[in-house]
Amino acid sequence: MALRVRFVHALRSFRASADLTVESGETVALVGPSGAGKTTVLRVVAGLLTPDEGLVSLGDRVLLDTARSVDLPPEKRRVGYLFQEYALFPHLDVWHNVRFGARSSADVGPLLERFHIADLAHARVTQLSGGERQRVGLARALARDPALLLLDEPLSALDAHTRAGVRAELRELLDELGLPTILVTHDFEDAATLAHRVGVISEGEVLQLAAPTDLVALPRDAFVASFTGATVLPGRVVEVRDGLRQVALDGGLTLWSADDGNGEVNVAVYPWDVSLGSYTPDDSRMNHLSAAVVSVAPMGNRTRVRVGPIVAEITAASAERLDLRPGVLATASFKATAARLYPR
Amino acid sequence: MFLQVPPGELVSALGSDPARDALRVTAETISISMLVILVFGTPAAYWISTRRGAFRDVLVTLVELPLVLPPAVAGIGLLVAFGRLGLLGGTFDALGIDVAFTKAAVVLAVTFVASPFYLRTAIASFEVVDPTLPAAARTLGAGPARVFGRVMLPLARGGLGAGAALAFARGLGEFGATIMFAGSLQGVTQTLSLAIYEQFDIDLDVALAISAFLIVLSALVLLSVKLFTRWRSGSASFTLFAASARRPT
Repeated sequence: MALRVRFVHALRSFRASADLTVESGETVALVGPSGAGKTTVLRVVAGLLTPDEGLVSLGDRVLLDTARSVDLPPEKRRVGYLFQEYALFPHLDVWHNVRFGARSSADVGPLLERFHIADLAHARVTQLSGGERQRVGLARALARDPALLLLDEPLSALDAHTRAGVRAELRELLDELGLPTILVTHDFEDAATLAHRVGVISEGEVLQLAAPTDLVALPRDAFVASFTGATVLPGRVVEVRDGLRQVALDGGLTLWSADDGNGEVNVAVYPWDVSLGSYTPDDSRMNHLSAAVVSVAPMGNRTRVRVGPIVAEITAASAERLDLRPGVLATASFKATAARLYPR
Repeated sequence: MFLQVPPGELVSALGSDPARDALRVTAETISISMLVILVFGTPAAYWISTRRGAFRDVLVTLVELPLVLPPAVAGIGLLVAFGRLGLLGGTFDALGIDVAFTKAAVVLAVTFVASPFYLRTAIASFEVVDPTLPAAARTLGAGPARVFGRVMLPLARGGLGAGAALAFARGLGEFGATIMFAGSLQGVTQTLSLAIYEQFDIDLDVALAISAFLIVLSALVLLSVKLFTRWRSGSASFTLFAASARRPT
């Protein structure tokens, strides 16, 4: 059963809208900065917010149709909703939290077993760790046998240490359930790992909705590029030679791009397209920018290095071999095709 | 007060007819008042807590009005509304009911004056409940009634208990509105507070005994609220005024 959502709703400072179809077994992630209207989409689907205009249907079942004055209350929609911070009932223990959603108390035990929280059945929810709270929240959301799943920042309450593991578990769970799922997150990496399609939201509008690899390959604008991980630098096109544009960055450096563009532009460069060296190599790449290393941030087996305005993501081993430290001069190299231009 | 009269004499003075009558009248009227306040006040407070904007402010102002009204004004108001010659008096008269100077008048006066103490605290304690909790309950299949009973009431109970204690204490001390609307008839409308005033001229020991009794009772009420909230909420202790102080913005 496919979930169909289409609505327009005036919020305080902008109009939130969405128009998307989520197939059975598909996960669509909505990413965007906080306050972009991501949660509004979930609230409309769950029935917690009636939009000015809209339609929500699940297969043949119409949950909301403002044109025909259909608006099922949340308790009749069969929606599994994992709230941000999980919204567990603080006055109930784990067992009673899950029981609250279940039709029969016989359903509670198997759910606790499934999420490995059976030994916490009588624990107060206020004493659980972030990971345990998330499991209780999921068990509770699934207790009523929902027809679709809504996840609001399912990983943001977890520390970095448990996050990767929980993310993999969640991915498996979503595959297993096979429900249409909408997931909201501010982290593109979480979205790319968990979802089949990712929509980038800004000010209540879905700017681009595509598979994560397509988003990175062809971001529609500088905002999408920046949100999917690119470094975005303002500059202006100063020369066109052999079909390439030379861009003078506002910071002073110049670089070449294979994209079309004129006048004031934003240049987007993905960190994984940039390699680093301690001297300027003589190779086919058009861009070699020499500047002082600003920062070196290890991220697992990779390291993010900022050289002047450019961010490069290289392996931790390479970073060590090059002995990169703040203040040291380094050269960032990337192809003209890796520098994308967007009008400003 | 406890030093003025030996404890033994205090107890025997409490056994005197005026004191016993006043005790009975107070027990009867305040329990009915509290019942009315809790049964009607709790859902009303919840309903007001879900309103927003100017409408909410108007409702809260109406609720708070008896709080700032001089008791004499409240008494006159009740007489004008419910008395024989008052607004609803004619209707009541036709039905053979005369409210003024009866026990019902005491209940009305106490309810009128004490209810804001409960309502104010109750509204505030419903408002401080994290709004995602009732929302979560709705998505888990609970209708509005179940959300109220299973989520909102248990989460607000500390504030509700504190508000009920305040209203009870205010009801015990109610004097002005009662004496104007219900009079001070021994065994009928004379409550403990009214009896203190009357016995002050007749038998000072009885007045002192009743006063001492009210002090002990008030202290017990305050203490029981603290113990109750400590027992229910584990660590978080709830002070009487905390709920009304924490207004959401």
